[in-house]
Amino acid sequence: MPRDTQQQKSLTRRALILAGGEVALGAALVGRLYQLQVLEKDRYRVLADENRINLRLLVPPRGRIFDRFGVEMADNKQNYRVVVVPEQTADIDATLNAIGSLITLTDSDRRRVLRDARRQHAFIPVEVRTNLNWEEMARIEVAIPELPGVAIEQGLLRFYPFGPTAAHFLGYVAKVSEKELTGDPLLELPDFRIGKAGIEKSQDLKLRGTAGTSQVEVNAYGRVVREIARNEGKPGQDVVLAIDAALQDFVTKRCGNEQSVSCVLLDALSGDILALVSSPSFDPMLFSAGLTPAMWQELSTDPRNPLANKAIGGLYPPGSTFKPIVALAGLESGAITPDTPITCPGYLELGDATFHCWQHGGHGTLRLHDAIKKSCDVFFYETARRAGIDRIAAMARRFGFGEALGLDISGERAGLIPDREWKLATTGVPWQQGETLNTGIGQGSVLATPLQIATMAARLVTGRQVVPHLVRAGTLPPGGDRRLPNFAPMGLTQHAVAQVLDGMNAVCNEQGGTAYAARITDAAFAMGGKSGTSQVRRISQWERDHGLLKEDQIPWKDREHALFVAFAPVGAPRYVCCTVVEHGGVEGGGGSAVAAPIVRDVLLEAQKRDPARRVPHPESVAQAVPPAAPPLPASDRGRRG
Amino acid sequence: MSSFSADISHRELTLTDRVRGINWGLILLISMISTVGFAMLYSAANGSWQPWASKQVARFAVAFIPMLAAALIDIRHWFRVSYWLYGVALLLVVAVDLRGVVGMGAQRWIDLGVIQLQPSELMKIALVLALARYFHCLPAETNPRFIDLLAPAGLIIVPVGLVLKQPDLGTAMMLLACGAIVFFLAGVRLWVFGAAALTACAAAPLIWSRLRDYQRARLTTFLSPDADPLGAGYHIMQSKIALGSGGLFGKGFMLGTQTHLAFLPERQTDFIFTMIAEEFGLVGGLALLGLYALVIIYGFTIALRSRNQFGRILGLGLATNFFLYVFINTAMVIGLIPVVGVPLPLISYGGTAMVTVMLGFGLLMNVSIHRDVRISRLGESQVV
Repeated sequence: MPRDTQQQKSLTRRALILAGGEVALGAALVGRLYQLQVLEKDRYRVLADENRINLRLLVPPRGRIFDRFGVEMADNKQNYRVVVVPEQTADIDATLNAIGSLITLTDSDRRRVLRDARRQHAFIPVEVRTNLNWEEMARIEVAIPELPGVAIEQGLLRFYPFGPTAAHFLGYVAKVSEKELTGDPLLELPDFRIGKAGIEKSQDLKLRGTAGTSQVEVNAYGRVVREIARNEGKPGQDVVLAIDAALQDFVTKRCGNEQSVSCVLLDALSGDILALVSSPSFDPMLFSAGLTPAMWQELSTDPRNPLANKAIGGLYPPGSTFKPIVALAGLESGAITPDTPITCPGYLELGDATFHCWQHGGHGTLRLHDAIKKSCDVFFYETARRAGIDRIAAMARRFGFGEALGLDISGERAGLIPDREWKLATTGVPWQQGETLNTGIGQGSVLATPLQIATMAARLVTGRQVVPHLVRAGTLPPGGDRRLPNFAPMGLTQHAVAQVLDGMNAVCNEQGGTAYAARITDAAFAMGGKSGTSQVRRISQWERDHGLLKEDQIPWKDREHALFVAFAPVGAPRYVCCTVVEHGGVEGGGGSAVAAPIVRDVLLEAQKRDPARRVPHPESVAQAVPPAAPPLPASDRGRRG
Repeated sequence: MSSFSADISHRELTLTDRVRGINWGLILLISMISTVGFAMLYSAANGSWQPWASKQVARFAVAFIPMLAAALIDIRHWFRVSYWLYGVALLLVVAVDLRGVVGMGAQRWIDLGVIQLQPSELMKIALVLALARYFHCLPAETNPRFIDLLAPAGLIIVPVGLVLKQPDLGTAMMLLACGAIVFFLAGVRLWVFGAAALTACAAAPLIWSRLRDYQRARLTTFLSPDADPLGAGYHIMQSKIALGSGGLFGKGFMLGTQTHLAFLPERQTDFIFTMIAEEFGLVGGLALLGLYALVIIYGFTIALRSRNQFGRILGLGLATNFFLYVFINTAMVIGLIPVVGVPLPLISYGGTAMVTVMLGFGLLMNVSIHRDVRISRLGESQVV
């Protein structure tokens, strides 16, 4: 069968060629596999690891904030929120609509989500809404399979047990703003909150802690398959404050919520700020959870300025509370002695100008002790005139006026002590002696914060350059601090200081003292102090001529501020308190009528608790209600500091 | 040899003869490869028989029936019905074009209610059968004349065109390659191939302009896979990473990180070789390729031992078809050729491919069983 054989031969030959070709192709496969799996193995192994292992940052729990006895003032609470990963959603608008049909989403929520989604890396989850309740969580949870990129996350929410009571100095935390981004990826996490004010801001780096990492294995869709390694990071350090939460609470309640009040309570020896109140206040949780525009509007336009910490940032003419400085300037310079008699006819004439004493009929002839006690303006006009502005300004600065005290939170203001240079620099006009006189009674251009006035008193009673502070090194040990900070001495003459303190004692504890009505009757707790009234607007000559307008006929905003600063106990002063009631002048009553009773109650409570030495039970937050102020004797009415 | 042939020349093969002629060695090889497939599908489902492995076992068992049937039916019946089968397969391909169910972005499936059929797979076998018959009937003394090549060229071009239109580039390429190889085996002169290649080059721009976007993307991706690692190049990059990280001995059964973490798409179908190579390394991959090589060598041997041209061409065509499956799939996942949808035979998850591949082995065994049967040009039987 030649036909078949020949055909078969041809086919066999071609089949062998085909087989050869197939072997060649097979060899190519083998070669390629060898290349990938042996020669380039390491490169692909690295790629494979990068592919599947994803390093995620864990937000460390923020450090807590305690008061001096270990009472929690800021803590973290569990919180559930819904987030969306922009990268994993096809259409973020549609996803938001879907979420909006399950839980309430405001327009501003939507705008924020879209803005954040544009701003951040697409793989970083954007918070849609926080503080979900169980029902909302369940609704989202059920719908998650149809919502790619949407997830429920559990996080920590900053919680302030004392709420508005401690809001001003604690500050608050909120989402990181664009300006605050440092390139640290921790700051980009949706869970991260940065301190925006107060202790939260000043101690932020300490409270923040170190980010932990979680090495997770992810699949191609970015879904976490399992966790390979976890480093929890370091939780933020706790911060202990000098504040006594119980006293803070007491002072806040005593200040009430109606007026615009600020109050500072210091441990004069240690500089510990025991209470720092600026009333009215705000709820710090609002910032942590998100503030509605309406609430923001309300807070920011309130004339009583609830957002500002007036205790450290409110600037007021110190009025008569400044007189101890003038007295010391006079005594130290020799311009006056404790026995220098000065006659007050009710006014003092200087050139063409007349400077009035608050007491129309005048005080007659008096010496330093009575001048402080009765807060005679003419005596201090004269003392200021004799001492001169330079000495007064220098003395004021030694007591902490005119510059920030370096408090450990921001928001502190420097105030102003006017002098020749300042006058020339700001107005181009030389200093006038009349201004020295006005400065002598804490009016004119002098501006100070309640904290500065309290610090003045602390420096006065201790003779040391006390610096107030909010943050302590640790909680107070039982029995109080063994070692007090060693503040440098003021370098004042003991005798002069004693004279001034004696006058301040008389203000409260002697008949005829401006704050006699608000004295502490228990001799063991008695206080010494100085009242003050600061003019908000000039009283016109016409008003003087036609009799003073009654304070309650003047609009609230134009009324005078009432100030009072005091120390207690008088025998061995430890606690110092300054209170400023904005526009507190009622019916001609100055610092002594409105501010002094608050200071009295605060100092009394402070001495009873004695937070500088004892360790009260942390739970025993003072429940004291502000005692009703005793009715003022008729003779004290109309007194102004 | 001839005396032995003469000895049996007077009787037809009985069923017992045919059963006895079944190539058990081939069945063993097929079973071994399929078992590798079951194991990998089990692994692909993260250690579960669901959803793939159990179904695949069932399909393999079921596919034994058409395979054995194909092996035992008299080869002359196959010879006689080969054009008809081709016609039916062509009709099915057209039917898919007309009312195919869209799956994986291409119309490839026809839903027959019980099973989904992929007619283009059947077409591969039908084409080989039809071409084998055609060339069997040509005069054996000389090489085929050019004029005689027009009809078989048509047999190739028509289904290739229809499959391209679905669009299924991989199957179309396989049909074309398979047809060309049959032409080559049938003794077509080499200049014809040269001329065809030139024509193809000339027509390339036209074809390019008619390609779907995703097909163009795959071709450009093949040329530079790193250009767009998350787009079209994603498959091939991930496949190479998985493969390369497997190294010499692999990461171990069910321990392939890349495939298990879903970085690898289609790990149970087209990219299953990547998974094998990741989990068992170069050694495992080569062992599997070795098994495939044995099957192909088996096919060549069977074909070359056949004493009729139909059987020889059919056997070589089927073996080559099988080789093309293995080569195209493997070369694709290791980045030697563009990504085209060709499964790894016997291993990739899928019903039609399993049935058609087994059917092909049935026919191959048929050729082996009927190696001594003479077939006239008209299909009448004539035992040597």
